[in-house]
Amino acid sequence: MYVSHLQLADYRSYESVNLELEPGISTFVGPNGQGKTNLVEAIGYVASLGSHRVATDTPLVRKGAERAVVRAAITKDGQRAVIELEINPGKANRARLNRAPVTRPREVLGFLRTVLFAPEDLALVKGDPGERRRFLDELLVARAPRFSGVRSDYDRVLKQRNALLKSASAQFFKRREPDLATLDVWNDHLATAGAELLSARLELVAELQPLAAKSYSELTTSGGPPVLQYRSSAAPDESDLPADRARLADLLREALAEVRAQELQRGVSLVGPHRDDLVLSLDDLPAKGYASQGESWSCALALRLAGFELLRSDGDDPVLILDDVFAELDAERRRRLAEHVRHAEQVLVSAAVAEDIPGELRGARFRVQEGAVERE
Amino acid sequence: MYEGAVQNLIDELGRLPGVGPKSAQRLAFHLLAAETADVKRLVNALVEVKERVRFCAICGNVAEESECRICRDARRDAAVICVVEESKDVVAIERTREFRGRYHVLGGAISPIEGVGPDDLRIKELMTRLSDGQVTELILATDPNLEGEATATYLARLVKPMGLKVTRLASGLPVGGDLEYADEVTLGRAFEGRRSLEF
Ligand SMILES: Nc1ncnc2c1ncn2[C@@H]1O[C@H](COP(=O)(O)OP(=O)(O)OP(=O)(O)O)[C@@H](O)[C@H]1O
Ligand SMILES: [Mg+2]
Ligand SMILES: [Zn+2]
Repeated sequence: MYVSHLQLADYRSYESVNLELEPGISTFVGPNGQGKTNLVEAIGYVASLGSHRVATDTPLVRKGAERAVVRAAITKDGQRAVIELEINPGKANRARLNRAPVTRPREVLGFLRTVLFAPEDLALVKGDPGERRRFLDELLVARAPRFSGVRSDYDRVLKQRNALLKSASAQFFKRREPDLATLDVWNDHLATAGAELLSARLELVAELQPLAAKSYSELTTSGGPPVLQYRSSAAPDESDLPADRARLADLLREALAEVRAQELQRGVSLVGPHRDDLVLSLDDLPAKGYASQGESWSCALALRLAGFELLRSDGDDPVLILDDVFAELDAERRRRLAEHVRHAEQVLVSAAVAEDIPGELRGARFRVQEGAVERE
Repeated sequence: MYEGAVQNLIDELGRLPGVGPKSAQRLAFHLLAAETADVKRLVNALVEVKERVRFCAICGNVAEESECRICRDARRDAAVICVVEESKDVVAIERTREFRGRYHVLGGAISPIEGVGPDDLRIKELMTRLSDGQVTELILATDPNLEGEATATYLARLVKPMGLKVTRLASGLPVGGDLEYADEVTLGRAFEGRRSLEF
């Protein structure tokens, strides 16, 4: 698949931009702060209904404007789909598919798939567990949009359960009998929704492992290959995690029973996929806290590349976006990364300095300057 | 901000569910421009609904007497009770003409976020109704969203020792939706295909 047309209105720094794109490689070059990342962020938004930089939609709307509109035409196997998203911070966003409004924006997920490499990716290795959970869940949604529903069901259960625990813990501290009649019900729902997410993540990690190891060894000879280990808050030992979803639900239920007293004291849910982590190690040492800067980068890139290979193996190439990543890499890894990605159906590359882009990635060139994008 | 009475009206309208500040303002100015007789009719309807309408002493449905029309109807099967969240769900199910039993209106669903627990719903009243042994089947027709499901699970567990047949409306209903918005055909078929709840 590839993005054949992109139109933005009041998105970030863009008042209005209209862009024809082609399959193959396109590069976007311009000085700092001119809107390169804004442009590729918008494409990523069409694929995931979220930004890779911010958690809320407010910063996506141009200062002073009320709403932003992103419209993208996606060509896949000769078929064209037009997705239009209206971003209304604080209100419900709206989506259209081929001009017809859809009930929920979620329905347009799956038309465009992207893999985005960004400077922020270093956080996959060095950041909090939340970064790695997000990596896994976004990949799940990209592979099967239904996981967007699984995810939001789980989040809803969690919110309800936390609200109950919070009020119960408030009563507890006032030495009143906490009202826990419904806690078991929420445990059940958390276990069911959590097991669905957990089993999908476990399967995903197993599929990613060989791909990440291979990508890493293609990028660098230093350290590695990375080992991916899913660490569940419900089982200290990874090998204790059953593959079967019903048994995972039982495991979550048991683990919830064990932490009950602590949960009542602290007023939050302490067990479930929202507390899990994906532990990355290089040469038997955790990457976080041990790996060198260069190794951490290679590890993060290897994870993204593994995601790309996985999506590709499902059928068609996702759109590859490389935002400003070459500046972070030495010449050898630049070349190797370029070699790895240049045959994808569509590759969008951004850099502040044209010389940072390896020669392997020559293609259509766009100049980005002061909110305008010009084909050279 | 507008002067006293107008702002007062906007504030009051803005408190209604689904009415934001902009709609409240639009409604207020619509009322200001309307004929006095029309506004009087609206006022009377509001006052009357508060004076005349009560909640059925048995099932909690809206009623004009102490018991609602359905509870007074001797032809309705007293052995089956259908539990719903709101009175409007009774109306929706009645439209399907599939159900000949009686209702129990909870007045909402369990939702800790909104501070609604079992004690805030008409669950004690339901247990009293079930205690005389006349009822043999309980249909849990709470909304097909998380809070509705949680309420159904809670009730199913609660009544389990009574040995009743407990069923839940079959899916086919749009998940995450409100029962009242389901069309007749969908809702009717969901009734046909209701399933047992095992706990
Ligand atoms: N909501 C917004 N309204 C107006 N301007 C915005 C908004 N959000 C971001 N910007 C502006 O967009 C610019 C940043 O654009 P972007 O991140 O795309 O830069 P870039 O070209 O990728 O730069 P770099 O090379 O430094 O990565 C900043 O100047 C910022 O002030
Ligand atoms: Mg940038
Ligand atoms: Zn009644």
